[in-house]
Amino acid sequence: MAHFPKPSEGSWTEHFEIDTQPVSYADSISPEFYERERDAIFRRTWLNVGRVEQLPRKGSYFTKELDAARASVIVVRGTDGEVRAFHNVCRHRGNKLVWDDYPREETKGTCRAFTCKYHAWRYDLEGKLSFVQQESEFFDLDKSRYGLLPVHTEVWEGFIFVNLDPDNTRTLKDYLGRFGAGIEGYPFHKLTQVHKYRAEIGSNWKLFIDAFAEFYHAPILHSGQYVAEEAAKVKKYGYEALSYDIDGPHSMVSSWGGIAPPKERAMVKPVERALRSGLFGAWEAPDIGLATEELPPAVNPTRSKVWGMDSFVFFPNFMLLIWRPNWVLTYHYWPTSYNTHIFEGTAYFVPPENAFQRLQQELAVVSFKEYGLQDGNTLEATQTMLESRTLDSFPLCDQEVLLRHLHSTARRFVDEYAK
Amino acid sequence: MANVFPAEFAALEPFADWAIHGERARYAKRIASTMEELQAFYDVAFPLLEKGTAYLEKVRLDGIGDEDTHLLWAFCSLITVAFPVESWGQPRVPDSGPSSIDAVVEPAV
Repeated sequence: MAHFPKPSEGSWTEHFEIDTQPVSYADSISPEFYERERDAIFRRTWLNVGRVEQLPRKGSYFTKELDAARASVIVVRGTDGEVRAFHNVCRHRGNKLVWDDYPREETKGTCRAFTCKYHAWRYDLEGKLSFVQQESEFFDLDKSRYGLLPVHTEVWEGFIFVNLDPDNTRTLKDYLGRFGAGIEGYPFHKLTQVHKYRAEIGSNWKLFIDAFAEFYHAPILHSGQYVAEEAAKVKKYGYEALSYDIDGPHSMVSSWGGIAPPKERAMVKPVERALRSGLFGAWEAPDIGLATEELPPAVNPTRSKVWGMDSFVFFPNFMLLIWRPNWVLTYHYWPTSYNTHIFEGTAYFVPPENAFQRLQQELAVVSFKEYGLQDGNTLEATQTMLESRTLDSFPLCDQEVLLRHLHSTARRFVDEYAK
Repeated sequence: MANVFPAEFAALEPFADWAIHGERARYAKRIASTMEELQAFYDVAFPLLEKGTAYLEKVRLDGIGDEDTHLLWAFCSLITVAFPVESWGQPRVPDSGPSSIDAVVEPAV
């Protein structure tokens, strides 16, 4: 029985004119396909690398390893306050310019100039080459031609994006499309209490997006997270989204749930009852200056009274989850090979006023981790069996429509780039 | 010897080794513990958390003292310990095998 209405075509999948045939996962098990994705997707699209709060003052910087794009970038706030990004490569002999101890690990800090460890070539915060050791030994060296290579950088709602395609002409705002425009105005800048998690995952990057872009699995894989009676109920009920939407390469799912406080206290676990919090966050939402019904139009797009959270998938690898109790979770999936990637989950809360609120937030992030651990290991199990090629096509249901869209989008980018 | 925790939470003193800074370290202690050890900590700490709401709501994070900081961390440990005790029946997340998710950025307190 349907709990929420579907489009007139009878299904979301047909509504978005996506075919309903079984799906191949050849795009997730092929080293060759991954090599093509690196050029066609990761070197050509806008990638979110962080937030402006990570660069609080002039000279604040962090590095970001973009293995999939064969790049490392330095993101820095200049003396003029502007956020810029540069390839993390010294112009002299190609040494990685900014790193500590381990060349492959990311770093951050504050400085007045970047100095190469190798021969002390120095660059100012705007990327200009400002000092060359023994400059007179060089041959007609024009320092103005040897600044750091800039990377296209734009900021949307405090989220810093880079685009490694030197020929890119599409603005970030245009790329983020209808969802980006419809989220603008959400007070992200008020959510400055950050918990960030990182995991190395043994699967293709798209498989983890798949796991978080459908909740068909939630009543089953995560049944142990509910009290027993509730687990039986949610399993029988299954999962249906409030709505799905697709805009170009991006997609979103709007979900019900997490209505707090729960109707019956017996529905929730003792620690949730004691802390008045859980996976969906604290039962009492902090003030963010907007009531639920005043949130920007792309958030809770159906204006449902039972709305719980929205998950936006910004292609290729940035997910933004906006939860009803006024907090935000972001996911990033950074491929390191065709069957491995680094996952980052970052929670953003309104800073807690007291120790109790701090504990309410801790329960939300620890719940996310417990769920994520279950998801992460399942992915490795999926990856190994897909790679066995025992089966080559898989039936996906209507609640998995965003998965079909993600994989077909990746294939389309690769095909179009090949032309 | 000085108290680790505020006087109202003296019953926690035998579990002072759960006042640990950082989610990663708290989780490491959880999975290195037996269910009996986790249950013993939970059985003492959980009722204190239930009764402690009003106290905790008065503890401001700006300028928080040492004893309150220890209390906060012990209750953070209780949160991670609640999963094995209330849900899993084992220290590790079931079917999580070799996978790990590590906290890399956390609040100062």
